[in-house]
Amino acid sequence: MDAITRPLESLGRATLKSLAGIGHAAMLLIESVGFALTGWRRGQPVRVPSVFEQMRQIGVDALPITALLALVIGIMLGIQFVAALSEFGAQSQVVIAVAKSVTREFGALITAILVAGRSGSALAARIGSMNVSQEVDALAVIGIDPVRYLAAPALFAMLLMLPALTIFADAIAIFGAAVYSAPALNVTPGAYISQTLALLTPGDLGQGLAKSVVFAILISLIGISTGFSVSGGAEGVGRATTRSVVLSICYIIVADMIFSFFLNR
Amino acid sequence: MVSSQPLIEVEKLEAWYGRRRILKGVDFNVHAGEIRVIMGGSGSGKSTLLRHLLGLHRPRSGTIKLLGVDIGEADEAQMLGVRRQIGVSFQGGALLTSLSVGDNVALPLREMTQLDENTIRIMSRLKLEVVNLGGFQELMPAQLSGGMIKRAALARAIVMDPKLLFFDEPSAGLDPVVSAELDELILRLRDALRMTIVVVTHELESAFKIADTITVLDQGEILMTNTVDKIRHADNERIQDLLNRRPRETPVDADAYLRRLTEEHAAPV
Repeated sequence: MDAITRPLESLGRATLKSLAGIGHAAMLLIESVGFALTGWRRGQPVRVPSVFEQMRQIGVDALPITALLALVIGIMLGIQFVAALSEFGAQSQVVIAVAKSVTREFGALITAILVAGRSGSALAARIGSMNVSQEVDALAVIGIDPVRYLAAPALFAMLLMLPALTIFADAIAIFGAAVYSAPALNVTPGAYISQTLALLTPGDLGQGLAKSVVFAILISLIGISTGFSVSGGAEGVGRATTRSVVLSICYIIVADMIFSFFLNR
Repeated sequence: MVSSQPLIEVEKLEAWYGRRRILKGVDFNVHAGEIRVIMGGSGSGKSTLLRHLLGLHRPRSGTIKLLGVDIGEADEAQMLGVRRQIGVSFQGGALLTSLSVGDNVALPLREMTQLDENTIRIMSRLKLEVVNLGGFQELMPAQLSGGMIKRAALARAIVMDPKLLFFDEPSAGLDPVVSAELDELILRLRDALRMTIVVVTHELESAFKIADTITVLDQGEILMTNTVDKIRHADNERIQDLLNRRPRETPVDADAYLRRLTEEHAAPV
């Protein structure tokens, strides 16, 4: 009997736990929006300077590494498309293939994975260690709601900066593709880029941006909620950090697939 | 010094962690101007009682009234009103590691008041002077010693001039001299700022030095609440065990023991 009930029991527990996790994340989102809208009336304002500080950490500080990754991805796409499309003499299609795949897919995806690894984990680690050292309790007893002080600024900064970084990554990736494929296609890089601009529609950029907004919500809510639920000292903080990165990337990729499916029907 | 209306009124408080009953119907009152020490061994439930008093846990049953407000029923605004009037110094200090000492002390003023920056700076430096940390405002918490962290945390706890101050394990992890200094500081605060102070500790010496009254907590129940002298001479065996550092003898329940060994979900003691 035990052989049947035990796995069922642990399955049930795991299900409940993940449902509770989703519920917690949803509460964080609702509360953060609540604090932004009515917090100043309730004596719990979301401070603009702390949003700016988070924007710097999440966005500005990530510019160099985003640029590097996007450039490499652009070059890689250039190589692949030139090789694959020349097989049946369709080199002229390289420009549009790169432009659409970067703006619709790779720009948003690569940026999100990078930010999940950089800032999602940092959020989980910061809030987690504050939780362990009773700093979160200290905020609460002072009367500062930890959600409005710690969670809301990070969430809004992420919502602003991830789309901005995505646009930046799009531009750099297309530049990278131009640098590699323009000589292969016998055009100048300038001509390559102006052709790209002629071919791109606002819808292509919009698709990437819409995704990046969803990714921003996923990364910040997963980072923040794993941080708040840390228990068990320094080891617990380490586990939460890893967990937040793995979870964020899984959710990002699944969400990306779902988005792509519905947007390209 | 004792007024009629208690600042803290706890009635029949129950607390559970999972299947373990931590507090078993605790009744607890603290009057204005008192220094009350909550004493008890590890696992006696004193930290749990403190977390309930601070409103960090909702009571399973029973009521907690702070400054006349039932914190189980209070709405957001009422709770904020209560929080403005209490200060807490946590066991590890719980200073925000990303802020300097001065910013830590100024944090409650910045977030909870509309004062201008100059006033805030002066007020927070004043409180740092009170705890003998004048001039340390630029340092980061990581640069402070254990005793200094506790004093900085105390400065942050009193910066809003609270009516009620909670102090969790003031002497934990400190050498005897520093911990004696901290005891002096607590006494001075009560006299100078007229605060009501609740201290949670397991250090006998410090408890006897600062307390007006002591509540002895054991296995989730209050054994006795009385003045220092009465506690010293109490004829309760468990209190004397605690005072004389005698190892306790827990009677063994043979049936429960067997159940714990053999069954999967037997309730812990």
